[in-house]
Amino acid sequence: MRPPSIEVRGIRKRFGGVRALDGVDLRVEPGEFHALVGENGAGKSTLAKCMLGINAIDEGNMLVDGTLWSAGDPRLARQHGIGMVFQHFTLIPSMTIAENLSLPRPGLPAIIRWKEERERLRAFFANAPFQVDLDARISELSAGQKQKVEILKELYLGTKFLMLDEPTSVLTPDEAEEVLIRLRAMVNRGDLSVLLITHKFREVMKYADRVTVLRKGRTAGARSVSATCPEELAGMMMGETRTIEVVERDAKVGGPVVFAVAGLRTRGDKGVDVLHDLSLEVRAGEILGVAGISGNGQRELVEVIAGQRPYHQGRISVNGERYVPERECMQRLGIYVLPEVPLRNAAVPGMTVAENIALRQFDRPPFTHNGLLSYAAIRRAGAELINRFSVSPPSPDLPIETLSGGNVQRAILARELGGQEIRVLVAANPCFGLDFGAAAFIHNRLVDARNRGAAVLLISEDLDELLDLADRIVVMSAGRIVHESIRSQADQVEIGRHMAGHAAG
Amino acid sequence: MQADVAMEEWGVVLGVAAGAVRGSIPYLFVSLGECLTEKSGKINLGMEGVLLMGAMTAFAVSDQSGSPWLGLLAAAIVGAMLGAVHAGLTRFPKVNDVAAGIAMILFGSGLAFFFGKQFVAPMAPQLPLIDLGSWSASPAIHSALRISPLFFCGIALGFALHFVFQRTRWGLRVRAAGDDPLAARSIGIPVDRIRMTATVAGAGLAAVGGAHMTLYFPGIWSEGISGGQGLMAVALVIFARWNPLRCVAAALLFGGAQALGPSLQAAGQAGYYHLFNASPYVLTLALMALTCSRHGGVSGAPGALGRNG
Repeated sequence: MRPPSIEVRGIRKRFGGVRALDGVDLRVEPGEFHALVGENGAGKSTLAKCMLGINAIDEGNMLVDGTLWSAGDPRLARQHGIGMVFQHFTLIPSMTIAENLSLPRPGLPAIIRWKEERERLRAFFANAPFQVDLDARISELSAGQKQKVEILKELYLGTKFLMLDEPTSVLTPDEAEEVLIRLRAMVNRGDLSVLLITHKFREVMKYADRVTVLRKGRTAGARSVSATCPEELAGMMMGETRTIEVVERDAKVGGPVVFAVAGLRTRGDKGVDVLHDLSLEVRAGEILGVAGISGNGQRELVEVIAGQRPYHQGRISVNGERYVPERECMQRLGIYVLPEVPLRNAAVPGMTVAENIALRQFDRPPFTHNGLLSYAAIRRAGAELINRFSVSPPSPDLPIETLSGGNVQRAILARELGGQEIRVLVAANPCFGLDFGAAAFIHNRLVDARNRGAAVLLISEDLDELLDLADRIVVMSAGRIVHESIRSQADQVEIGRHMAGHAAG
Repeated sequence: MQADVAMEEWGVVLGVAAGAVRGSIPYLFVSLGECLTEKSGKINLGMEGVLLMGAMTAFAVSDQSGSPWLGLLAAAIVGAMLGAVHAGLTRFPKVNDVAAGIAMILFGSGLAFFFGKQFVAPMAPQLPLIDLGSWSASPAIHSALRISPLFFCGIALGFALHFVFQRTRWGLRVRAAGDDPLAARSIGIPVDRIRMTATVAGAGLAAVGGAHMTLYFPGIWSEGISGGQGLMAVALVIFARWNPLRCVAAALLFGGAQALGPSLQAAGQAGYYHLFNASPYVLTLALMALTCSRHGGVSGAPGALGRNG
């Protein structure tokens, strides 16, 4: 079976009062590697889900091999060879790879004969793009391996038109490379068409044949990759009118060491050590980037600094003074934290935006007089910061949980960077899942804090972000710092190898 | 003299072994039923209520109809109905499994006590026993080897359930629903329906364990008949790490612990037998303390256990 040609014309889709798709055209030829780019909320994922039949299409047509097709059921789409790898994993953690591949297979008999199933799998793996251990449990796999199994599952189920929703966001650079190269090879052989949803222009330019740009639910244009450039694509994504402010980095080199972690050990959720003698130092006016695949102790490190997790050995200090992760000490030493998933780690979801912004300062003037809170002062200060940090919707009275992820991030950023003198700023994956514009805003604030002399510890899974912002990059692997390089000498390949843990010894 | 002491010890061992076989039956059925339920992601603490309702129903139907097999069937049906109530209640996202389960304990036992009032005195027809000891001249061995057919059914059920979880499409779907309902839905598994079926079947099985308590010697119904075995069997599933074969082994262990007190008493050790009667409860506590680590749950638990929605 050859890959089908897929075309959508004038697709519209509403969710309540919101127009998610407002006239999208897209055409993917058989055996084409097609990229779909656009800002967050431009409708990329919605479009893919409409094509798969998870979301019903309100208006417009979809054609498969030139004939009109009304998607309505993912199972029907599967019969026509249309499949998708989602951002969230759809594998059952406690099951083996063999069980995960066989379970969704149509025609799986009620009593499973594993010998036959394995025979079938072996035949499939003779031509599969990746090889895996069929008896490995999903819960033992890294994110990268899981992503491969997701792709294998689609191929095993006979998908010929494969949509991938930001598949490389959980992968190391090496893994991303491998996955895309293998898919590209399948496309070249004519076995597969790919629709790749991505944020990364590098991937578009390197792997795709054609690219379609979405802006605010509409097709902003389609280009042949050989006839376009990232600047043109960025312009199409954001519209011509908007420009992005860039805060320049001061050229001055770092000052004295402000923030120091020495010999830190802590236990993870399962009771085993996840940080082993971790030491690092951040200087004034410096951004120290911590690279690493998630699950190597980064989350626990941030939790220790934020006071969410106890540690049983080591020392954290600011300007030589021992740091105790309690409110009073944080304030005195000027240490501020922007953790990942701020709604869970840095906010009280049911409280208003203004109250959340006041959490660091609420018990001192002007917010408290004679032991009584002044809500007027809290609202006023909140409204001012909401304005300065462009939190949307611009109301201090909404519960913070009603805001979008990017705006929760902004509100917390407003609290942490709002006024006080910052000596240390710790940020963990601050732009995860944010679009272009929002990410640029946050990057600028980080560089701004650095330029004003703060010691910034930036922990990120996005290597491009670190290469962009950090003065020094260290790599964290299995709870240790395993590599360090300064900005001018940072080598993406070298860092990637250390991230993957391949450079031991 | 020496021979007497040896006889006595031998008697205790034999008593414990026979007691393990007899006493393990409720544990077997309840724990296997709970194992099935929990594999699908639901917790049914109401098993204590199911056990009592099963015991009472089996007794009543056996007494009225004269057929213990009919009593057994009726118990399974009533148990399944209680399971359906539990699954129906906890189908809604904000209903907590544990809270609903506690309510079901009270509901089930209250219902059993209410309808059971009139059956407190008499003795109902009992299930026939399989006589494996007729070769022996010793009456002790002879009586120890008269075994309820339910024992063999329970053991077979353990192996059957193991087969279901490993080798059948439905079993894989149950595991998927219990481990990651979101992922299960994305590959087209009807999670709610699977969980309902598993909970209903699990409670039906547990009720058979209850039926054994009244359809086996001495075959009377009393309100204190279960003594918390339904709850202990739920704890036993955790100890068995959600594995049906380990459930069988653990049920035998608990049955044996339960027989320790009565056996010692029969052998003339009157002094401490009350203390030994408490051994299943002590065992439960000890096993819980051993298997639940301080840092994050027990390995092998279904990923979405007790989480709805």
